[in-house]
Amino acid sequence: MKQFINSNILSKNIGNSKFRVIPVIEIVLLILLIVIPLFVNDFLTIIITRMLILCIFAISFDLCWGFAGILTFGQALFFGMAGYAVALFANKLGFVQLWGVIPIGIIVGFFVSFLIAWFLLLGKKAPELIFVALGTLTVGYAAERLVAGWYWVGGGNGMSIYDFLKVGQYEIEPGVLFYYISAVLLLIVYLVSRYIVRSQFGLVLAGIRQNENRLSYLGYKVQTYKAIVFCFAGAIAGLAGVLYAHHEGFIGPGSMGIVLSTYVVLYGLFGGAGTLLGPIIGVLAIESIKFTLSDIDAVKSYWPVLLGIILLVVVVYKPTGLLGFIVSQRERIGSFGSTKIDNTRILDKNNDNSEKK
Amino acid sequence: MSLLEINNVTKNFGVLCALDEVSVSVEPNTFHGLIGPNGSGKSTLLSVIAGAHYADTGKVIFDENDITKMLPEMRARKGLSLKFQITAILPELSTYDNLLLSIQSNQSIWRLISSKSKRVLHNKIMDVLERFKLASRADTLAGELSHGLQQWLEIAMAVIREPKLLLLDEPTGGMSPEERRATGELLLPIKKKCTLIIVEHDLDFIKDICDNLTVLDQGKIVDTGTVEEIKLSKKVQEVYTTRV
Repeated sequence: MKQFINSNILSKNIGNSKFRVIPVIEIVLLILLIVIPLFVNDFLTIIITRMLILCIFAISFDLCWGFAGILTFGQALFFGMAGYAVALFANKLGFVQLWGVIPIGIIVGFFVSFLIAWFLLLGKKAPELIFVALGTLTVGYAAERLVAGWYWVGGGNGMSIYDFLKVGQYEIEPGVLFYYISAVLLLIVYLVSRYIVRSQFGLVLAGIRQNENRLSYLGYKVQTYKAIVFCFAGAIAGLAGVLYAHHEGFIGPGSMGIVLSTYVVLYGLFGGAGTLLGPIIGVLAIESIKFTLSDIDAVKSYWPVLLGIILLVVVVYKPTGLLGFIVSQRERIGSFGSTKIDNTRILDKNNDNSEKK
Repeated sequence: MSLLEINNVTKNFGVLCALDEVSVSVEPNTFHGLIGPNGSGKSTLLSVIAGAHYADTGKVIFDENDITKMLPEMRARKGLSLKFQITAILPELSTYDNLLLSIQSNQSIWRLISSKSKRVLHNKIMDVLERFKLASRADTLAGELSHGLQQWLEIAMAVIREPKLLLLDEPTGGMSPEERRATGELLLPIKKKCTLIIVEHDLDFIKDICDNLTVLDQGKIVDTGTVEEIKLSKKVQEVYTTRV
């Protein structure tokens, strides 16, 4: 009986033992991630691989907006810059080795985001939301116009990559192998990001998102935390850009401009920002709707309008996105650091109280 | 040697002079109360000390450091801790996480990412939760606590950092008489460890826990001294009989 009371108090006090939806979705998506290529044809495998790459990109946006409160409208800049970098390595130097292009993309994404963070985030005082939003938008637009007018990088036509990615002499064509490489990288990005946002560092980000001014009075230099997340997200966007450029065999000004930057915002908001899982669901939902609508004759010519209406309805009436329909606010917030510690102490206390009684 | 020296501080908001050549000295390990009618400049003075506003002229010296133009986060790292007038807990975090966030601010970023310090800080957090009667609400979202408990949580957030100087802006605002009494009991034990500056409208509460008082009116200091001296001060009686 004592044990029953204790476990009841424990489950009442600590949300850890309550049923959680997010791990279930994670397991379902992981199983799907592993088995999908076994059940779909090559064409769909390529389409889904593109979605997985966009999922990596969407996670980079979610880290900025959903966790650190940085509204970035220039996330495609890091994506596109990394894509252009590996396209130049492929076309000018003939370098397409997987072990090399991935670090190149990550470094380019990190370096470019660090420069932007230096100007926009690392001032004496924490910058206003709108300042960062407009700043990133402006830089993204300027970069898009710059590459569109620069003949050496293909101008408005962009750059085609004629060689496939290689591991040694083995070529990795878009298909099942490329799918699994993207899937593994998505999994790594997701797990590393989840580890960070669920750590004590993630607790600081949760505080910043709620009231960054308050955090200053607790001794936190908010700008530093934001800049770290921004650069980490930039590196992830760079990784996505590398995979995208090699998968599509092409990179153009559109891949670093406003349209893609806006799309990634929509992926996050539609799926549910601040969850890591939401943007993945956002990408899968939006890209699936896009794919389906553009294939139906009746709506072929105005599917973007229909897609826009669907997005508007979800974003306006469900600010927590699609994930908000099935995941409670408490679960979205989650816990930080090691949760085992909480249980131990409170369990001990409950035992003590029972013994006294 | 005083822990805090405010020397001839002036603060204007447009044409309004909120603080006019204010000088206050606060001794270590004392409770110092700031009282005065509404709009007298008490909260502005606290803001100038905490870094929410910067003094137009004059100096703020804390622990022998000139902090007049220092950013709030730097002041916090030097040992200042503030409880705001309007409760500023983080409502979407649990009570436990509010305290963890408050106490872990001096940890390095690598230690925060590896979550190593939570194990070390845990018992201290639980002790403070128990002292502030919040242990049974450790996992409750701070926004779901009653107003009184939110006030206690915010005081606990300030206290857990073991500051050299604790600034409390109306800590009993909106509390019942019973809660006020309990708040006084919670604050008294910290006297051995830190210095307190408290802004409060409840004069009975403030005279019970403070050693010294400074009375402000229209941005100027009316009088300053021990509680007994202030009780007998004719200048203070004049302010309170003519303005309150």
